[in-house]
Amino acid sequence: MALASTLPKIVARDVDCFYGDKQALFCVNLDISEKQVTALIGPSGCGKSTFLRCLNRMNDVIDGCRVTGKLELDAEDIYGPDVDVVKLRARVGMVFQKPNPFPKSIYENVAYGPRIHGLVSNRGELDELVEWSLEKAGLLGEVKDRLQEPGTGLSGGQQQRLCIARAIAVSPEVILMDEPCSALDPIATAKIEELTDELRENFTNVIVTHNMQQAARVSQRTAFFHLGILVEEGETGKIFTNPGNERTQDYITGRFG
Amino acid sequence: MAHKHIVHSYEEDLQALGRLIADMGRIAAAQLEGALDALGRRDVELADEVAKRDAEVDALEREIGEAALKALALRQPMAVDLREVVSAIKISSDLERIGDLAKNAAKHAHAIGNGAVAQLMPRIARMGELVRDHLLDVIAAYQKRDPERALETWRGDEEVDDRFNGVFRELLTYMMEDPRTIGTGTHLLFVAKNVERIGDHTANIAETVHYLVRGESPPESRPKGEDTAYTVVEPPTR
Repeated sequence: MALASTLPKIVARDVDCFYGDKQALFCVNLDISEKQVTALIGPSGCGKSTFLRCLNRMNDVIDGCRVTGKLELDAEDIYGPDVDVVKLRARVGMVFQKPNPFPKSIYENVAYGPRIHGLVSNRGELDELVEWSLEKAGLLGEVKDRLQEPGTGLSGGQQQRLCIARAIAVSPEVILMDEPCSALDPIATAKIEELTDELRENFTNVIVTHNMQQAARVSQRTAFFHLGILVEEGETGKIFTNPGNERTQDYITGRFG
Repeated sequence: MAHKHIVHSYEEDLQALGRLIADMGRIAAAQLEGALDALGRRDVELADEVAKRDAEVDALEREIGEAALKALALRQPMAVDLREVVSAIKISSDLERIGDLAKNAAKHAHAIGNGAVAQLMPRIARMGELVRDHLLDVIAAYQKRDPERALETWRGDEEVDDRFNGVFRELLTYMMEDPRTIGTGTHLLFVAKNVERIGDHTANIAETVHYLVRGESPPESRPKGEDTAYTVVEPPTR
């Protein structure tokens, strides 16, 4: 048990990523620790979202996108020929920048995943799982009396927590978050951040954010990307007080790099 | 630190903070010099003037504290900028203490007199000049963001401690031999101790400069301090 938790959950070795002729990632080497929050930071176009999307093969649907190098989840090749991408994405869930609930009820938004993955055998179990997921996502109290109302009728912050509930309903091991708070107000942001911290108990979390203070607040490890290169990765406390690389320093302090 | 901030006013705020520290440092050094001068010449007017000017040092500390707080609240500084702001708070607090100690030392000009033991004052003054040089050095190191120079000053504090130990022993010896020297001797002990404390605060500032630039405390342990707490001078046997 102790040994397992010291092994990285995700290992990236010499990862390159191309969009057609354009190379977006250059030889990225990164270990992502289990049950920790890893923040990916860097200016727009630096490759952080590209890297995030490599982790559950969201890039597969992009024409001309090619990933080389080694990417492993629990020492299994993410890009292996036998990998069922649907199952992979159940293990590695994702929350996007803009909350994107299905145009269905709050209940159905959460129930959809467990149902298609066959995680429950009857209605009672499903009810329980929906409730558990909404509770974990810190939303249950606000919606328990209106589960049949449309998810799109919730506020932005509630919608984002609904998306988080939807992601965790299928019991993923890893949750990828791509700018999950950029469309939210400070209170909704604080709730998501608090949630991120709580989810650490069960899940490995990788979060892309443009908000440096947010990266500092929520993560234990931080990786800085620039021009497709992983410039520096380290303990968050160190990165934000005394980074080792001048480019990291220039970026996080708001200087010209 | 090769690059400037994208937001100009942020850059200017941090630079202004740095200038306030440098100004405060030079005033604190001038206060020490004034105190030594007043003590050396038993110039009570100058001593009172030094005591009065301490309000300037205090005001600067408040100004720096407010500017630092504002920078923290409005800019949310990171990395070297964060160390910049935290260092300004720490250094201004050391400089404020230095101002107090210089003021307290100066006040003794009223009480030293011209007895035999007062001939030790020039030695204390030379020790004070060494401390003042260190203080000016460390302020220059701060302005140039030069951790090596700061470390040099930091190591130099050992010399100050040695001199203080010497003065302490000598004063004790005088006082034991002739109780009439106890009055002046005690005043001189306070003066010497104040000067030695200023040296300690100067060494603190040197450590802060090192931290500011390198992000970590000096790699070596602090030079051995003054050891008067263990000093015993046996009374002369008759």
